[in-house]
Amino acid sequence: MSLAELICPAGTPAALRTAVDAGADAVYCGVQDATNARNFPGLNFTVEELTEAVAYAHTHGTKVLLALNTYPPAGKVDLWRQAADTGARIGVDAFIVADMGVADYIARTHPQVRLHLSVQAAASSPEAIRYYCENFGVKRVVLPRILTIPEIREIRKEIPCEIETFIFGNHGLMVEGRCSLTNYLTGQSTNMDGVCSPASDVEYIRDEATGEMSSCLGGFTIDRFGPQEMAGYPTICKGRYTAPHRPEGYYAFEEPVSLNLSRLLPELIGAGVHAFKIEGRQRSKSYVRNVVRAFRQAVDDIRAGREANIADLVALTEGQKQTMGAFETKKWR
Amino acid sequence: MKLTLGPLAYHWNTEERRDFYARIADEAPVDEVYLGEVICSKRAPFFEREIPATMERLERAGKRVILSSLAEVMLKREREATAGLAEMDAPEIEINNAAGLYARQGRPHRIGPFMNAYNEATIAWMASQGATHICLPTELPAEAVAVAAQAARNLGLTVEMQVFGRASLAVSARCYHARSHGRTKDNCLFICEQDPDGMPLRTRDDKPILRINGIQTQSESYMDLLTESPRLGAMGVSHLRLMPQAVDMVGVARAFHDVISGVLDTAEAEDRLRGLCGATSFSNGFWYGTAGYRRIARAAEA
Repeated sequence: MSLAELICPAGTPAALRTAVDAGADAVYCGVQDATNARNFPGLNFTVEELTEAVAYAHTHGTKVLLALNTYPPAGKVDLWRQAADTGARIGVDAFIVADMGVADYIARTHPQVRLHLSVQAAASSPEAIRYYCENFGVKRVVLPRILTIPEIREIRKEIPCEIETFIFGNHGLMVEGRCSLTNYLTGQSTNMDGVCSPASDVEYIRDEATGEMSSCLGGFTIDRFGPQEMAGYPTICKGRYTAPHRPEGYYAFEEPVSLNLSRLLPELIGAGVHAFKIEGRQRSKSYVRNVVRAFRQAVDDIRAGREANIADLVALTEGQKQTMGAFETKKWR
Repeated sequence: MKLTLGPLAYHWNTEERRDFYARIADEAPVDEVYLGEVICSKRAPFFEREIPATMERLERAGKRVILSSLAEVMLKREREATAGLAEMDAPEIEINNAAGLYARQGRPHRIGPFMNAYNEATIAWMASQGATHICLPTELPAEAVAVAAQAARNLGLTVEMQVFGRASLAVSARCYHARSHGRTKDNCLFICEQDPDGMPLRTRDDKPILRINGIQTQSESYMDLLTESPRLGAMGVSHLRLMPQAVDMVGVARAFHDVISGVLDTAEAEDRLRGLCGATSFSNGFWYGTAGYRRIARAAEA
């Protein structure tokens, strides 16, 4: 049986301590700039904060994984190198990378630090994963959220590294690291700036005549809600659009659902998944506390051969619609 | 500068495809043509059986042909197709997924736009592994293109950038064409064939926004860097890529050809291009580091 490590989000120093206290095996975080894929205002760590965070985590036996998982545009590579140098100096346990140039730099300059391949690298076949393992010494791959469990089991047999999968949180629809939708509407790039549907470009506009609320990004209406509906955040791949044969408007990509694989935890462990990742560096402390605690309990139960209390985990989504996405069935595709 | 025709992103039927490439061979002033199914492995068998004849036709017309690999590699058939392509010695191949790099084992190849060659460090790594030519990501802004192109040229690589056609904005494991018709990818019945220029999505206040092409999401606007082409050349970009759209691509190629060979001024060529593309909007926002759908006037840059 795999170790089933629990990898938890730490958007702020306070969230990091919360996750550590709630039983995370590892936390992942980023520094305050474009070098990581959650470059949101008010999130992430200064060098001083990161230094203290690593000390706190290590005292409690928790690992710290530093996300350097965006793609530096030409001319700005030094920012990523400096972040890697800083991380190595203060003793983070691994770097999570996507860009080959960044991976190559770390493999040569800081060979003592583990490399994890970010979901942003979109390595979804044994060959792609082996490419990163053989060339950069990658020790773990975070798999794209597009594979079924039988497919994960097959991949596990053919690769020399550990597998980490997302189990809870935002359900990204597009192949990560290959999505420029946000840049198309806002001028901020998910790959280069670490930004997805940025709050700075969001507007909610109420039509006084009809009472309808439009949820907009960069001036485009991503969805429109009736007076009785709750207006959702304008994430492009969760919006409603019309097509010539769908004049009524429909969720062209996916409904606003979040990923919750609680029911599949035993099967994922059986398939050889080494680590479970909880998404949500942008989430509150109390959210992190509740989610990490609940999954800690469930994973411990499963490892001890006890029945896990799945109902608690299912309730975590707070009334939001949930999906098991591609993990459950090929029909999702 | 050379003009290239990128791989056809859509599922055109056999007849349309045959006529299209015949006309490209006979009339279009492009130097190089990329062939192959890049988006959907289910479509690949249709195209594959025509490729030898199409290739022969294009080569006879003096065009260099390059075979492009799939952007997404997950299923057995996709892994096998990628490995098979990587074994070829000729013609040249363009790799669009790391699985292809693995199979290629350091032998010469081109890097496609899905490979995320965003910067000089990545380009240097790729060059050390056999890359001879890099197509830069579509969303890379001008100042980064300048640095990337210079770095690539210094390493002896040639550099390409898409200058015409819808931008690829995302790929997914899910087929959105099938989804819109209440189907899944496995029982799609090739419904994407109905939309030779992508399936239009509009916002609920009826503004055109995106195009669906199977598992791919594209820009509603055609990217157009015709006016910027001379500057691209000055930066070291050696190849300009035109993506096939359901418009008169021979006319499009001529407009670009006439600009880069100095026969036509850019304003006149833009007018001509505009006349070929109907009501479709043009954009160059990525190049200017702003929202991709925007059209920035050249005057604003000065």
